[in-house]
Amino acid sequence: MSRYDSIVIGGGHNGLTCAAYLARAGRSVLVLEAAGRLGGAAVTREFAPGFRVSACAHLLYLMPGSLMAELKLASHGLELPAEGMATIALSADDAHLRVGDGAALAAQSAADAAAWPAWSARLTRLAAALRPVLSTTPPRLAASAWRDRAALLQLGWRLRALGRRDMRELLRIGAMCVQDLLDEHFESPLLKGALAFDAVLGTNYGPRSPGTVFTLLYRLAAAAGEGGGLAQPAGGLGALSEALARAATAAGAEIRTGAAVRRILVRDDRAAGVVLETGEELTARTVVSSADPKTTFLGLLGSEHLDAGFVRRIVHLRSRGLAAKLHVALDAPPQFAGLEPAALRGRLLWAPSPDHIERAYNHAKYGEFSAAPMLEITVPTMADAALAPPGRHVLSVVAQYAPYALCGGWEAGRERFTDLLIDTLSTLAPGLRSQLRHAELLTPADIEREFRITGGHWHHAELALDQFFMLRPVPGVAQYRAPVGGLYLCGAGCHPGGGVMGIAGRNAAREVVREAA
Amino acid sequence: MLTESEPHYRRPLLPTPFHERSRALSQVDSFIPWAGYTTVDVFTTVEQEYFAIRNAASVYDLTPMVKYRIAGADALRFLSRLVTRDIAKLRPGRVAYCVWCNDAGHLIDDGTVFCLGEGEYRLCTAERQLDWLLDSAVGFDVAISEVTEDVAALALQGPTSYSVLRKAGVAGVELLKPFELGTFILPAAAEAPLMVSRTGFTGDLGYELWMEPKDAERVWDALFEAGRTRGIRPIGSRALNIARIEAGFLLPNVDFVPGEHTVFIGTGRSPLELGLAWLVDFSKGHFTGRRALLAEHGRGSRRRLVGLDVEGTKPAHNALLYAERSLRRQAGSVTSAAWSPTTKRNLALALVDAPHFGTGSTLWAEIYLSRELVWERRVVRARVVERPFFAPERRRATPPGEY
Repeated sequence: MSRYDSIVIGGGHNGLTCAAYLARAGRSVLVLEAAGRLGGAAVTREFAPGFRVSACAHLLYLMPGSLMAELKLASHGLELPAEGMATIALSADDAHLRVGDGAALAAQSAADAAAWPAWSARLTRLAAALRPVLSTTPPRLAASAWRDRAALLQLGWRLRALGRRDMRELLRIGAMCVQDLLDEHFESPLLKGALAFDAVLGTNYGPRSPGTVFTLLYRLAAAAGEGGGLAQPAGGLGALSEALARAATAAGAEIRTGAAVRRILVRDDRAAGVVLETGEELTARTVVSSADPKTTFLGLLGSEHLDAGFVRRIVHLRSRGLAAKLHVALDAPPQFAGLEPAALRGRLLWAPSPDHIERAYNHAKYGEFSAAPMLEITVPTMADAALAPPGRHVLSVVAQYAPYALCGGWEAGRERFTDLLIDTLSTLAPGLRSQLRHAELLTPADIEREFRITGGHWHHAELALDQFFMLRPVPGVAQYRAPVGGLYLCGAGCHPGGGVMGIAGRNAAREVVREAA
Repeated sequence: MLTESEPHYRRPLLPTPFHERSRALSQVDSFIPWAGYTTVDVFTTVEQEYFAIRNAASVYDLTPMVKYRIAGADALRFLSRLVTRDIAKLRPGRVAYCVWCNDAGHLIDDGTVFCLGEGEYRLCTAERQLDWLLDSAVGFDVAISEVTEDVAALALQGPTSYSVLRKAGVAGVELLKPFELGTFILPAAAEAPLMVSRTGFTGDLGYELWMEPKDAERVWDALFEAGRTRGIRPIGSRALNIARIEAGFLLPNVDFVPGEHTVFIGTGRSPLELGLAWLVDFSKGHFTGRRALLAEHGRGSRRRLVGLDVEGTKPAHNALLYAERSLRRQAGSVTSAAWSPTTKRNLALALVDAPHFGTGSTLWAEIYLSRELVWERRVVRARVVERPFFAPERRRATPPGEY
């Protein structure tokens, strides 16, 4: 007799989401989290005495409003600010630009201001058309099941319904590099830098890499409609995980922390439960893993239970992180030149031109960190003073590019890169060094270690056309179902990817319930 | 062998360690490439060589056969996950004939696994496999290396093969049962150490001899000296091909295309389809292709490789097969064909669609043949019969008969 209907490996946002949906469907569910705290990469933790920060992901903007409503996250304690955060492109000459602000853009380039509304409207339409794809279980091409055919037809119909001009444009730009597309529409390097930033954030690409229009559309599709807007939950991203955990528990799921899974139990070619590091054996009819595909298949399951060709695909899955996270504890509010204090509640981008990003990316190609990185800066304490002692502040910064496999290793490179980042920040916010109390750098290698993500990549597997939808993480497991019966994936490595979206967890729960029904 | 002054592209085909001996005995200068080596297709005439296999002793240069050393703590676990049959009980000194598949359950190749010692194996295959073996090794503590060039090999096959070895002074070889191997000394070749396995590709009494390349010519000379009165004769690939068809053995790229090499959908072949179901053990635990094969096992195979006894004497090379004499519906095709001098039957291996592959079924073969360049079409009966077509008792007798 199995003790549980499902065991969910990993108490990150996708694992918790999946558990909540499974429990709501009446399944008995146990969530096992290796760390002492829940949340995975959506977690708030102390990094200096009295200073707390969202340690990996630091913004919430991709999770669908429908998901938050279905799980009643608000009633489970999730507090989101009423207004979304502004995105501000920082300029070296202090002529910063609030993205989407027509008047500010007109001051930089009349032509860009004129081109903006049509650009924005078209991308919004394309993103809206692609959005439902995210919540769809990818169809299998070779299969003849009606469900797969229906999903393909639906996708085709949705694109057709865009109308001839939009559909043609989507097909034209889909695999392009974002630089070429931006050059077609705009002239302001600052605006193009900000838009290119979103296309390459969290990826292994630069603005001149093919497929970066796709990553931009993907991001817009995920962020479009419903919830919309960038948000920083009160209490940081950890508050989201806590709300998810409460939603799951309220629906009947059991959650255990400090329970690291050593391996997945296989009996008669079916996943039958897990064995913990302590040796404890827990049985279940299905095992759902929110760990990354390499951890799940090569680490927890073991290649002896898999076909060699499948293992080859998993080994070749591109999953090396290129983004580092910097946490800075400050004794006083940072003073960004040319920026009023209210603007610090926004998301500040340091990528003054696409060339700046491309040059930053050049280093990464050869295993070096960027000499002049691109930065996404937030000051979470501006909106949420409780994260630091009174009067003190926290900077939470995503820095690209910082390759997982740095030449010479991160032990040698850590201090130099931290210094370089602080120097860069100091040029933007003069006086920062004198306010600095503590700085913590999380390289992709640290992210791998702390959050148990092979390669330290946010998305578990690179987001690219060849690792998306029916190909994510690899063909054969894109429908959340592993080749071994009773084993499912529900993490960021699955369609539609990571970024604190929760959709992978929700989609996987739907497949688990469908199969067992 | 290769030297730095002679880069590989200057000599695309390597000579085997027996090349000088082969060349000296070749009367028709008929050499063909095999796995990067130049080897003999015909020494004298196909018929003469074929009858050496069945009536005397034949020597075939097996060196190009691709050989891998597989060793390490997980060597057995690795092999168990690689091949479809249960080899957990393969002891040192034993050989197992195995096949392995890709994820889709399509045959990649067949070969023999030699258990040389605890955790030490040699895999002999027709085709190069290193990429597949290395991909299969992910997650296993196993070292895999190709040792093809380090091991010279001869197949000594035929009713007098045992007598030849005895005459050459190989003591104790009479104890070898089929699929056993042992290490011996060949006194007639300056005490050269010789690994002998009672294996082969002819379905007859015979041995395969494995040695260091430096001993190759001495061993060759010793065998031919010992076999002088036993009708020993070197053979090429053409004669061997007739014998292997009689024995019912498969050849990659002739009877099936290796699974990882197929391009068109539907051209991969599973071991169940190829009549090798006896090599597939679903109860031994997971192996690559198991889930696909289990599904095929459940729904039934769509086609099967069978033996055919074809009417007449004209080999049914590449013949299309039909269920009716009217040739309305194609029901398969021939992959290998030969007139079998020993069984006096016109044999073929053929892939036949369900439901026509049952033993005793009658099909119609459409054979094209040239009568002094005038091409004719013959439609003849082809009956599905049991394989192997020829399996003499002497191949199994231990100790072997002294012919």
